[in-house]
Amino acid sequence: MEQTIVSNSEDLAARFPQMVTADTRAGYEGYIVQPEHLVKFTKKLRDELGYDYLSSLTGVDYIEEGKFEIVYHLAKTTGGPGVVFKVKIPRDKPEVASITPIYRAAEFQEREVYDLFGVRFKNHPDLRRILTWEGFEGYPLRKDWKEPYYEEDAKPFKSRWPNGQVVRSEDNNPYNDNVQYPDGFDPEEWTYTGDELIYQALRRKHGLDSDMDTDQMIINLGPQHPSTHGVFRMVTLLEGETIIDLKPVFGYLHRNHEKIGERNTWLQNMPFTDRLDYISSMSNNFGYALAVEKLMGIKPPERAEYIRVMMAELTRIVSHLISIGFLGNDVGVFFTQVLYCLEERELILDIFEAVSGSRMMCNYFRFGGVARDLPEGVLDKVKDLVFNRLPRKIDDLDRYVTNNEIFKFRAQGVGVLTAEQAIQNGASGPILRASGVPYDLRRAAPYSIYDRFEFDVCTQEHGDTYDRYLVRLDEIRQSLRILQQVVRDIPDGPVQAGKPAYQVKVPPGEAYGRVEGPKGELGYYVVSQGKPNPYRYHVRAPSFINLTSLSDMCKGEKVADAVVILGSIDIVLGEVDR
Amino acid sequence: MDGKGIIRSLGVALKHFVDSYVVDIQARLSGRKRYYTPEGIKERSSADMRGIVTIQYPEEKLPVPEEFRYIPFLLYEEGEDGKQELRCTSCGICAKVCPPQCIWIQRTTDPNTGRPVPAPAAFYIDVDICMNCGFCAEYCPFDAIKMDHDYEIASYDRSKEHIFDLNRLAKPVSYYAEIRPTNYAREEAARQAELEAKAARKAGAASAR
Repeated sequence: MEQTIVSNSEDLAARFPQMVTADTRAGYEGYIVQPEHLVKFTKKLRDELGYDYLSSLTGVDYIEEGKFEIVYHLAKTTGGPGVVFKVKIPRDKPEVASITPIYRAAEFQEREVYDLFGVRFKNHPDLRRILTWEGFEGYPLRKDWKEPYYEEDAKPFKSRWPNGQVVRSEDNNPYNDNVQYPDGFDPEEWTYTGDELIYQALRRKHGLDSDMDTDQMIINLGPQHPSTHGVFRMVTLLEGETIIDLKPVFGYLHRNHEKIGERNTWLQNMPFTDRLDYISSMSNNFGYALAVEKLMGIKPPERAEYIRVMMAELTRIVSHLISIGFLGNDVGVFFTQVLYCLEERELILDIFEAVSGSRMMCNYFRFGGVARDLPEGVLDKVKDLVFNRLPRKIDDLDRYVTNNEIFKFRAQGVGVLTAEQAIQNGASGPILRASGVPYDLRRAAPYSIYDRFEFDVCTQEHGDTYDRYLVRLDEIRQSLRILQQVVRDIPDGPVQAGKPAYQVKVPPGEAYGRVEGPKGELGYYVVSQGKPNPYRYHVRAPSFINLTSLSDMCKGEKVADAVVILGSIDIVLGEVDR
Repeated sequence: MDGKGIIRSLGVALKHFVDSYVVDIQARLSGRKRYYTPEGIKERSSADMRGIVTIQYPEEKLPVPEEFRYIPFLLYEEGEDGKQELRCTSCGICAKVCPPQCIWIQRTTDPNTGRPVPAPAAFYIDVDICMNCGFCAEYCPFDAIKMDHDYEIASYDRSKEHIFDLNRLAKPVSYYAEIRPTNYAREEAARQAELEAKAARKAGAASAR
């Protein structure tokens, strides 16, 4: 591939000496930016150096230093390695400038850091809680916060062995006794006012006075609405049937995955990642395994790499089938389309079950390989599927949906997202590619062994719902193409580097592992302090950040189309709410 | 907007619909039983399945693959006189590796010396918490805990019946050999090889003396 990447190795500390210094801690990379120069520096990175894509933004609580660190990962949509920099702010005065005006992708991520760390972002347009509710006490990702069922800082708990007295935690913590509320908060007296704030914000943004009688009205779609693919809410400001503005509200399924992850040992996190985007657990495993392997400095053997790619691509097919199928439900083809898709999905899940022992919660990847070799007969089954059945069935699906005039009518030109908006909003996966940006991590920053396979990055130009459908359909075909190469080339050999161990040693440092999941860029930011548990474990969830684009897509559309547009973003609430 | 696309879509749907009859009739004519027989289930879940593919649970059950994992169980060897000897040494690795921490083990101590004895005095698994990840079985060095295939464990009283104790958890090795033949054969071969190596080492040491 002919591609020159401009000055990725350039030392930014030398270029901007007053603003940044190199991060010299062992195991860390990137730069430390002075808080007062953050906005200026970020602008320079975007406008002068071409880092147009904000991949991830998160916080780390270094309680012993008395500092919060906000970590920024930037990338270029033209490909190549990204850049990481951090801002250190004092714990007792946690305030930093917002970069949402520069990258809108930061909007939700900064709200998340605000919600879970209590860091204020100056100039953020809409700094509200995003995952927890108003009666929530404390900032859960701070290291000194303890959850209601708190037992110890880290697993394994001492109460389990050698003198394990079984007790059900619900008996241990009787109802009502394990909840903390902020000072002066009485759940009995409390009336919910959060909605009013959203409504006012929507109205004010459009110059509507709440006292005046207007034609505009506010309609809530969800939280329990059959079209919302889970417990998810869209607050829409309507004029007649046209959406003027929209705000997504979520967090109903929030369980603080990241805090659980920091209590878990490194290995124990693996089955928990399954539960993020539960449609595509193999991809979730993949990203986490990559991040930790980066820290440990190990590589899986050849056969394991092939098996990993095989599973990741089968997962992509599963996820896209679900997405396309349920899009049918959203436009009104009740269950015909989705059942055709589920039929094929079942056959792939059979393979997952034979390989990993579970259809959905696969928990199959290990650091330095996979849990076990393919059982006998599985490879033949995969061959049968990827050479024979699936291509035929995908053509069938294509015939069924693509040229159907009703579907075209509902999907073409609906929910348009331009390429600029998509990049600015940090959209990834099929959403970004349907808007005409050929950014696919498997090509842009190849991981595992993706550089060995021939496949095309699927793109479309219009960025509407129809194009997002087309990109997904094309990607299934490209995945089949990769799979055909995988089953042709897969070598024999071991599937695990070294001996399997239940306690892994992870040297101190940080790592950001990212994969092109079916929904988009799935990233894991992990920090190790050499202990059996991760010090920080953050998930850059593609569905969560893709939702930033929802309001842009819906503006000016009819309210019935919001349902279709949401379907075309393809969210999974397990991942959005974490 | 000429409606050709819609007609083609309807064609695909019609094909599915007609197939569901044709396949059944073909099966009947050729004397194959498509429903309520193991062969029928196999046919309906194979890669060239057509027509009706759903399995009529609970009248029919889809056979699970060998690696299928559900709630763990403890293995015991059956002695000649009917004595049940648990393989578990209560080393605690399963309790330590368990992600949701649903395993409680009480180690036996010798009443005379106060030293630990390699057998569990009590062993509990809270199956409401268990996430069926299979780590306990994977990392047990004694092949003493394995994942079960029996997924029908619904009960009426959650508060009383969902904490499994030794009684409920213990199952004979023969049961394990039955549900996971390949794994069992591999593990037995490894165990045999280790025994032989040990014997050889012993013999070598003896002859050197």
